Amino acid sequence: MTEAYATDAAVTQSSRDRIPLISVNGVSKSYETRRGEKVLAIGEVNLHLGEEEFVSLIGPSGCGKSTLLHVASGLLKPTTGEVLVRGESRPIRAEEFGMVFQDAVLFPWLTIRQNIEMPAQVLRIPKSVYRPRSAELLELVGLGKFGDMYPRELSGGMQQRASIARSLIHDPQLLLMDEPFGAVDAITRETLNIELQRIRTVARKSVLFVTHSIAEAVFLSDRVVIMSSRPSQIRSVIDIDLPANRGPELIESPEFNNIVRKVHRELGRHDH
Amino acid sequence: MTTNYATAQRREKLLDYAVTTLLSFGLLVVLIVVWQIVMSLGLLPTYLIPTPAATAQAIWHDLIDPQFWTGQLLQTLYVVVVGFVIAAVMGILIGPLLIVHPLVERSVYPFVVAFQAMPKIAMAPLILVWFGYGHTSKFLITALVAFFPVVVNVIAGLKAGDERQLILMRALRAGWWTRMIRVRIPNALPYIFAGLDIAAVFAVIGAVVAEFLGSPNGLGSLVIIRQTNVDTPGLFSVLFFLAAMGSALHFLINAVARKFTFWSQSADTKVAKR
Repeated sequence: MTEAYATDAAVTQSSRDRIPLISVNGVSKSYETRRGEKVLAIGEVNLHLGEEEFVSLIGPSGCGKSTLLHVASGLLKPTTGEVLVRGESRPIRAEEFGMVFQDAVLFPWLTIRQNIEMPAQVLRIPKSVYRPRSAELLELVGLGKFGDMYPRELSGGMQQRASIARSLIHDPQLLLMDEPFGAVDAITRETLNIELQRIRTVARKSVLFVTHSIAEAVFLSDRVVIMSSRPSQIRSVIDIDLPANRGPELIESPEFNNIVRKVHRELGRHDH
Repeated sequence: MTTNYATAQRREKLLDYAVTTLLSFGLLVVLIVVWQIVMSLGLLPTYLIPTPAATAQAIWHDLIDPQFWTGQLLQTLYVVVVGFVIAAVMGILIGPLLIVHPLVERSVYPFVVAFQAMPKIAMAPLILVWFGYGHTSKFLITALVAFFPVVVNVIAGLKAGDERQLILMRALRAGWWTRMIRVRIPNALPYIFAGLDIAAVFAVIGAVVAEFLGSPNGLGSLVIIRQTNVDTPGLFSVLFFLAAMGSALHFLINAVARKFTFWSQSADTKVAKR
């Protein structure tokens, strides 16, 4: 698996090294309420996500983090501005991204393996391609023995691992994750953070990650984008200067905690 | 480890089943004993309430009478099954059409509600006027009564489920048909089977009412005949067979439902308002 991903990445790196995978240019999104008032969900956001880059969006509730994610996925059309995919003005294709929600959102009538393979079937990927891949992904997310079980037979954390595997089945370059660990307990969350760090290093994916947790954002990201509400905008971007290979021991380190404090200060400064 | 756990679980389930069966049977015995005691006290005249013995005799008499089977019970069962199948097929085909577009749904739904609020039984005489005293009328009355629980549950079922399952499908750029097959229909199955379960019971009601209104055969007509003769044990016997028929249909549908909705933890509770 590692090798397959490595060759893919080598090709992409040589040809499109400088062009960001996703560019969000001057995007705003407003809704009209029933009374006809205009509500600005996000206003004038510029954001670039490079190949194999992990960017977290963090900010108070209602700051439009999820809206931004949905605009990036093409599920929502921006009111102004545009989203570029590899420098081209076009909506992102289904093959190019995977989605993970706050809850696993698995189909209860399918086994874990069938759930993971579902996107591949919808995208008409041949079985000879997705069957070995689903087996690899089950191993990668630590569910090797659970492929034939049904979602309700698994814990919330295990279900979320399955949904991560599902988001990777069609080998997309981009993962869009909307508070993926918001619904699991703190201990499981830490384990899943370490796992996600490992998975994305192995699978070499770009990730746009929405979270409420500062520690999680710092631990996982190359950059943390701090958003503010009213108006919903990007307030600052913090580069996370930590080694690429991050293990649990990093959480104890002073460098890590310095950055966490820095993000904390940034968030606090804009909140009141 | 898992196999041991599974056997233990199966054993527990079996024990549970045995206990409930025993309790149900015990309850039946208690009921019959109380019934017999009340009757032997002579508080009620036997032409109003037959004794358990007389009832059992009437049931046995019907059970071994070939004419009762061919002329009555199987006739009613035939009407119930055909009416039920018409209702099920129509409900499952029409339900999705009603919600294919929000505009269609909003404009058609008031009619569905109004029609649903009307007692369909009251339409039975009208249908007899239109289609005469043949099988067609009986099928239609039965189907009409059984149709609404199906269609209402089909609609409720197709709208059920986690909205994010559909967002996921849209992220995969899945079309309407794919979303229907992969998300909406599976989510709807517990509701549809709950609707079919109710529809089976309603179909028995519809068939009996249709037979009340002038039919030479069927359990419904037998009720009228025995009423005229003040044959109360015979009436109890008919009620017994009707209950048995309804129960059999209920268990049959639930057995099929379990195959398709094993994943739904509360399939029984998924019933749209009737």
